[in-house]
Amino acid sequence: MIPPPSLEIAVLVLGMVILMLEAFAERIDKRILAFATIGALIAVLIGTWFLAPSPAQEQATGFWSFYTADPLSIFFKRFALLTTILVLIMMIDYAPVVLASIPSTKKQTGLGEFFAIPIFTCAGLMYLVSAIDFIFIFVSLELVTISFYVLVSFTRHNPATLEAGVKYLVLSALSTAFLVYGITWIFGVTGQTNLQRITAALANPEIERGPALFGMVLVLVALGFKIAAVPFQIWVPDVYQGAPTPVTAYLSVGSKAAGFVVLLRVLRPFLMLPQMERLIVLIALLTLLYGNLAALPQSNLKRLLAYSSIAHAGYLLIGVACFDGPAVTFYLVAYLLMTLLSFAVLVIVAQQTGEEISDFDGLAKRSPFLAFAMLIAMASLAGVPLTAGFFGKFFIFYAAIAQRQTALVVVGVITVACGFYYYLKVVRAMYWQPAAKVDNISVNVLSRLAMSALIVAIVWLGIYPAPILEALRR
Amino acid sequence: MLLFIVFCPIVAAILIMAGAPARKTALLASGSTFVMTLLAFALFERWQGGFHHVSSFTISADWRLNFAVGLDGLSLIMVLLAVIVTLAAVWFTGEIDKYENAFYACLLLISGGAIGAFASLDLFFFYAFHELALIPTFLLIGIWGSGNRSAAAWKITIYLALGSFVLLIGLILLYQSVPVASRSFDIRALQAAAVAGQIGPEAQRHIYLLLLIGFGVLVSLFPFHTWAPEAYASAPAPAAMLHAGVLKKFGLYGLLRLAIPLLPDGARHWTGLLMVLLLGNIIYIGLATIGQKRLDWMLGYSSVMHMGYIFLGIASANILGVTGAATLIFAHGLSIALLFGLAGEIRKRTGTLVFDELGGLAKVMPFAGLAFGLGAFAAVGLPGFANFAAEVMVFFGAFQNGWEMERFHIFQIATVLGLWGVVISAVYMLRAYRKVFMGTLPERFRGWNNLVDLRLSLHVPVTLLVGALLWFGFFPQSFVRIVAPAFRTYFSANAQP
Repeated sequence: MIPPPSLEIAVLVLGMVILMLEAFAERIDKRILAFATIGALIAVLIGTWFLAPSPAQEQATGFWSFYTADPLSIFFKRFALLTTILVLIMMIDYAPVVLASIPSTKKQTGLGEFFAIPIFTCAGLMYLVSAIDFIFIFVSLELVTISFYVLVSFTRHNPATLEAGVKYLVLSALSTAFLVYGITWIFGVTGQTNLQRITAALANPEIERGPALFGMVLVLVALGFKIAAVPFQIWVPDVYQGAPTPVTAYLSVGSKAAGFVVLLRVLRPFLMLPQMERLIVLIALLTLLYGNLAALPQSNLKRLLAYSSIAHAGYLLIGVACFDGPAVTFYLVAYLLMTLLSFAVLVIVAQQTGEEISDFDGLAKRSPFLAFAMLIAMASLAGVPLTAGFFGKFFIFYAAIAQRQTALVVVGVITVACGFYYYLKVVRAMYWQPAAKVDNISVNVLSRLAMSALIVAIVWLGIYPAPILEALRR
Repeated sequence: MLLFIVFCPIVAAILIMAGAPARKTALLASGSTFVMTLLAFALFERWQGGFHHVSSFTISADWRLNFAVGLDGLSLIMVLLAVIVTLAAVWFTGEIDKYENAFYACLLLISGGAIGAFASLDLFFFYAFHELALIPTFLLIGIWGSGNRSAAAWKITIYLALGSFVLLIGLILLYQSVPVASRSFDIRALQAAAVAGQIGPEAQRHIYLLLLIGFGVLVSLFPFHTWAPEAYASAPAPAAMLHAGVLKKFGLYGLLRLAIPLLPDGARHWTGLLMVLLLGNIIYIGLATIGQKRLDWMLGYSSVMHMGYIFLGIASANILGVTGAATLIFAHGLSIALLFGLAGEIRKRTGTLVFDELGGLAKVMPFAGLAFGLGAFAAVGLPGFANFAAEVMVFFGAFQNGWEMERFHIFQIATVLGLWGVVISAVYMLRAYRKVFMGTLPERFRGWNNLVDLRLSLHVPVTLLVGALLWFGFFPQSFVRIVAPAFRTYFSANAQP
């Protein structure tokens, strides 16, 4: 049995080792580092099934009052590790673009860091999903955010990337400030930073709820930034479009999932306040409408996926407003699979032609495999049954109907129909527009394997969702 | 056996995508499912109630979600319709200029989705199987369509997606309307709950309205019909045959399967609304059909119009009308598939379907002319065809309803107005026949050597469709005996057919 925090420590050590190798072993092909990292992360992933149980949250002291290894956090540690592994596979495909954008006399300059930094992000995500104390939430969120600062602006000689990096830096720092300010308000009212004790303190009728609520709203601002909820979504399209594609994928899956886990955790003490629910319903409505309507006219696929990520934040917020943890979690899993699959195809196609939807014209002729993968990803994002994306929406709508959230259901149904339009736009380009180029696109074995695994997982979970539901119940 | 019928088309579609010879595999798959279904039809033990050939696999015990398939009389004839039309559609498919394998795979996926939906005993898979056909339909119209295919493909896909999500909300509400202890996605369990009176009247009203709109969009009920003519005009002929003949009938099947047994109070409450909408289908769309200038658009509109009769049968809510509706679903599916198939053949030869550019084709294509004439007579509802038997049952059933007051009621008014629809359909069908097949061959077709009759092999699907129409027209009892028991439990108080 492995004590839970050793997993994060292992990941951190791995990151440092890779950085050292990058610095001192100059001769090796840097892609070996990526393969080594993937192997090591798979080992850690297997390790998550052999964790020793952690003490119960109620009587936890010392380290265990900051950190928990409950089923939810273990589930999301696996989620973070899997995302990182898939992103690293994408990064190997993306390596030529990174090399081309960093002029240097030495071979493969900068590639090592590109593979090493996600390891630290991964460690941050793993800490974050285990955090049950505002201080610990803050620290691990910073670990994630700071590593993303570097990753987003990694190909910094590209002006669009630089713009994305600056935007992300400034707005993210601002949201961090909101988070700290919110935490101080909550601490000022309750005298606690541990979520369990805050719940207990808020249950006391003598306590002033107004200031605590104000603090919570500030925390919501910060988390709204992380999960790309309206009105904190302004940064998303530009940053997603400008950042290196694998980083965009990482940002839209890893960062968002962690944000939702934290949101579910920090909202729990505040649920007895009805204002909170109304606020989240409002944010969910706005996010759904904005994300879906703004996605309609997009012609750049990366930007489209950025708006789609806002739209999916809206569906997830429906689940949060109904406080249905399993529904949100299942949706996040589906979202991970289909988003990473679409980005994996995008990385390869973008290097051949470009990132516009019209660059996908005739992809079905050039590479039937890539086109089919994209078809499955888009069908799942749109919510066609027998894909994981449909079950995600099904559980979310189920929760909303059970709670009689009529407004959310009505807007949700309308926006789903919008989604069909913009996702199928990509399908149309691939299958019935004439191709601009006629050469075949080759896909390396590792990517092909990863994409096939994603396709199988999407269809499998679309027919048989029980494994995820089981894992969540334990 | 039923599992074979459900999965054979889907497996064949996957094989074809993986590179199996397209046409041979598709014909083999649709032929073997046809034979199996005929076998099931012949061996059907109608005197035993309930579902036959049931197989069930648990998907989620918490949600009482199973993959369950089974056949009763109603689903049996729906599956029979699906396999007959699939076989005919695959047979009618000629040479495909691009992505031949994908074309057959899409056809078989639509067919597999429809068969799966008809055979499902579980709400979730009932819904999911139907949606399985959505993307293939989009691709079929978009890639291989004609005319303004892109717009038509968007329109049908978004309409159907919206309709089916409304339907999904209705189904979830239905699931939640039952007390927690007996919640299940199993249709049989829901029927038991409905018999026990566990679905409250108010819940029924909400659910019925949602189901009516959701299914209504899928079936092109009057104000939600605009996707249908455009899509059928643009779709390649086999796709139009399958969609208009089979897949569209999913919504009607859903109303028969769910709304009638589970939501009788809801149905009664919304009868007036449904009457107005279905008269919109029969009269308004009927008149619009007369105004069409192209054969494919006219057929598309006529298929929308005939939905009105089926809705009338469903609304009548007695065993005669409902059995008539089921029979009409079957008969209309066969006749519209035949007409769309022949229209596709005409387009292939002449390059146009505009009435004013056609004429006299019966001289050069006598067999096609005969077949089209028979199809048109069937669609009009001439005695001897299954459509006649079905329409008679629908009208009698509807007229009978509420007659105890001895004065005209909304049902009687609707029936009388609906009867005029028969005249309307005679007008447009016969006019189309005259314009396309009678008269003189236009000057510009003289000397075209591709203007020949149907190849001999195409006589097979035509004979199949016409034969089925005639068989059930002369012996409707062989059909009613199988379907009616499926409804008898719900209308035990009513008269026997």
